[in-house]
Amino acid sequence: MSGTPVEVHSGEVSAGVTRTLRTNHLRLLEAESIHILREVASEFERPVMLYSVGKDSSVMLRLAQKAFFPAPIPFPLMHIDTGFKFAEMIAFRDWMAKEVGAELLVWRNEPAIAAGTNPIALDTKRCCGLLKTQALLDGLKHYGFDAAFGGARRDEEKSRAKERIYSFRDGAGQWDPKNQRPELWNLYNARVHPGESIRVFPLSNWTEMDVWQYIHQENIPVVDLYFAKERPMYVRGETLLPVEQAFVAWPGEKPQMVKSRLRSLGCSPCTGAIRSDADSIPGIIAEMLSFRSSERANRVIDHDQEGSMELKKREGYF
Amino acid sequence: MSEIAAVQETTFSIQGFLAEEGRKDLLRFSTAGSVDDGKSTLIGRLLYDTQSVYEDQVKSIEGKGTTLPGQIDFALLTDGLRAEREQGITIDVAYRYFATDKRKFIIADTPGHEQYTRNMATGASTADATVVLIDASKGVLIQSRRHAFIASLLRVRHVLVAVNKMDLIGYDEAKFRAIESDFRALLSQIAADTGSPVTPHFIPVSALLGDNIVHRSSAMSWYSGPSLLELLESVPAAVNSEKEPFRFPVQRVLRPDSTFRGFAGQIASGTVRPGDTIVALPSGRSAQVDRIVTYDGDLAEAQAPLSVTLVLKTEVDISRGDLIASAENAGTIAGGCKAHLVWMDQQPLQLHRRYLLKHTSQTVPAYVTAVDYRTEIGTLEHKRAHTLEINGIGVVSIQLPRPIVLDKYSENRATGAFILIDPATNSTVAAGMVREVAGRDSLVGTSSAAASGPVTGEERLRRWGHQGGELQLAGSVELIDMVERALFAMGAVTVRVPALADAVRISQLAAAGLLALVVAPSNEGFLKARVGDAEIVVEAEDATAVTAVLELLEENGVLASHKEEGSEYSI
Repeated sequence: MSGTPVEVHSGEVSAGVTRTLRTNHLRLLEAESIHILREVASEFERPVMLYSVGKDSSVMLRLAQKAFFPAPIPFPLMHIDTGFKFAEMIAFRDWMAKEVGAELLVWRNEPAIAAGTNPIALDTKRCCGLLKTQALLDGLKHYGFDAAFGGARRDEEKSRAKERIYSFRDGAGQWDPKNQRPELWNLYNARVHPGESIRVFPLSNWTEMDVWQYIHQENIPVVDLYFAKERPMYVRGETLLPVEQAFVAWPGEKPQMVKSRLRSLGCSPCTGAIRSDADSIPGIIAEMLSFRSSERANRVIDHDQEGSMELKKREGYF
Repeated sequence: MSEIAAVQETTFSIQGFLAEEGRKDLLRFSTAGSVDDGKSTLIGRLLYDTQSVYEDQVKSIEGKGTTLPGQIDFALLTDGLRAEREQGITIDVAYRYFATDKRKFIIADTPGHEQYTRNMATGASTADATVVLIDASKGVLIQSRRHAFIASLLRVRHVLVAVNKMDLIGYDEAKFRAIESDFRALLSQIAADTGSPVTPHFIPVSALLGDNIVHRSSAMSWYSGPSLLELLESVPAAVNSEKEPFRFPVQRVLRPDSTFRGFAGQIASGTVRPGDTIVALPSGRSAQVDRIVTYDGDLAEAQAPLSVTLVLKTEVDISRGDLIASAENAGTIAGGCKAHLVWMDQQPLQLHRRYLLKHTSQTVPAYVTAVDYRTEIGTLEHKRAHTLEINGIGVVSIQLPRPIVLDKYSENRATGAFILIDPATNSTVAAGMVREVAGRDSLVGTSSAAASGPVTGEERLRRWGHQGGELQLAGSVELIDMVERALFAMGAVTVRVPALADAVRISQLAAAGLLALVVAPSNEGFLKARVGDAEIVVEAEDATAVTAVLELLEENGVLASHKEEGSEYSI
């Protein structure tokens, strides 16, 4: 545990430094994830890392750096941009890709964006369907990716708890929860027919707490939106809605300055903030210890219908 | 960009908390139990009582489920899929996470029905411990036997036997002790069969009421042992593999430039230090370890299961799939093995068919040449079998045309395990655990390059598993079809000939190594099967009818005979 500033690796190998790593739970999770990243990079023709800018993506990216060090990350990053991501996320994304020297691809469902798709004009379900799921499937198809890493964790949501580490998708990119390949030990079946693909979740066994502790332990940069700050918010009872897109405001509604932060990052119209004083990583961890709601409770899209995440996943969503 | 600089600011003793967290280890355990045993209730209860579920999650299930009004149906916290919620059963492996002050836990929550045996094996494959549930009001049922068998087979060392629903039997100690002694007897039988002993712990519990789950219960003063959670917090995690021989399957060769060549992998067992002499297999070349490279700097020592990159002092040709091992104990290069298989696919095992075997970081072709026996899990009987069907477990002989380094599963859980993949469907069809390793010498005729001249009857026998011959089948059409299907599944090459065909033609087929089925179908409910002078009659209703016909073929030397343990590796 150190509080030293971010260590920048030049990519050079420094010989002679010798130490022993303790195998605590974070090291065990790290070792498992690195093994997965290396397997995928070696067994698939054209893998890609879905980089969504959030804390989980930040951890996944660091694990990729570790997996292939001192060689560069052998696959590109792809961001599915709905057009509703926070401006800070986009700036961070571009900075981060440059920082790690990775190729960054951005994919947007331009026709849907041009048609004015948004969660209020449509409902959240159809909005996600077009701007996220459709965009993702199109992007994967366009580049011919046969494996895509995602930062999803099994502890996030009930249907994700059943997801394999290698999650098989048929030719239409869809998930069949009743017909998943058995996954034993650390032996992953990477075989697919043309058109089929595998979504890979190297952080499957990490919890939200593990992710934050690892970010702390490894000094991994994350987007500023996670840290508490005075921010303009539409205050609707318990709900704080960030002022980012004009169309979310109710007629006559005025934003207020609230010391707040985001617990998970999504599209601004559908991501509520929480009142918080946590302006550091230990502060966030301390706050988590006192939390009584799960991290996705503020994500509107998970609650739009019973079993909604499972339905989205069947259709091809991460 | 980040506020890392703020790390030093502490508003409460968060640094102390983080230091504590840094000392926590990780225990993976699986659960197994039939639906009615209340397994999901138990998991839900563990999560709820350790404050590992959030208010919104509890809120989302309140007033739902099948419990009495006002009681929370804890099972709903764990049964994730819609189908499961609708049918009230658990159909897949679900992973759950929770932590206490002492440890982090990963639960692989698996279903109990027989048709999900494979899911149970999946959950057990990575578990250090398993919780087997027994319904105190029913005693040791088949499901509990199955779970115990799988735990032992997959080498899960600690079996925590939670005798549940104690409240329904008035917390009766005598009944608990009777279940304990029944189950201990069963476990020693199982250990004798799988060769892998387990350490059992017995706890009387009520998942519904929370007795002895997290907190010790006052309802059973006769029980002075730990609660289930206390046990989970104290059983040793992964067996210390530091003393095991070093095994490092190479996943990838890292060559960022001409000055660096490193071998990336995850240590499967043992420890490595710079200066150690290693041997690369299968080439057999040895070298010294120069450096253990990680992103965070070089290491003076690394042990399983860390993921590292090794740099050697001398240039050795090593690629993905090779194994770097300690020079003193390098393992056996095997051209085959005997292994326990858990069959996982709808399509049954086909003998002599080409499967792909994935072992550590390599995938090679593999042929199952014989099923030595199938284990009836309920009774632990060894049944004669020619195939394995979904959820079937048995010992088979496997040939590997391209030899690989194998260890026994009982000695190394990482290098003794494999999966079989069907190259046509790409499905994962079986999980395998090596029981015996066959050296290269014990291989017969696997090298096609070495063969020349006309194909001999001996070679056909090895490939197809039978001699050329004639099997007369008269009677039930259904049974004739079933016999032909069974032979086909075994890889036999059969030809159907009408009973009136001339004898010369039949003997020509047999001489060519084919198995001629001389059929006279009728609407009878029985089947007469004849090989040479030997004839049997089987009834259509008899489930073992087909097996009886296959045995007739074996006894008369047409089918290669079934070998028991200790026999050769190839037929």
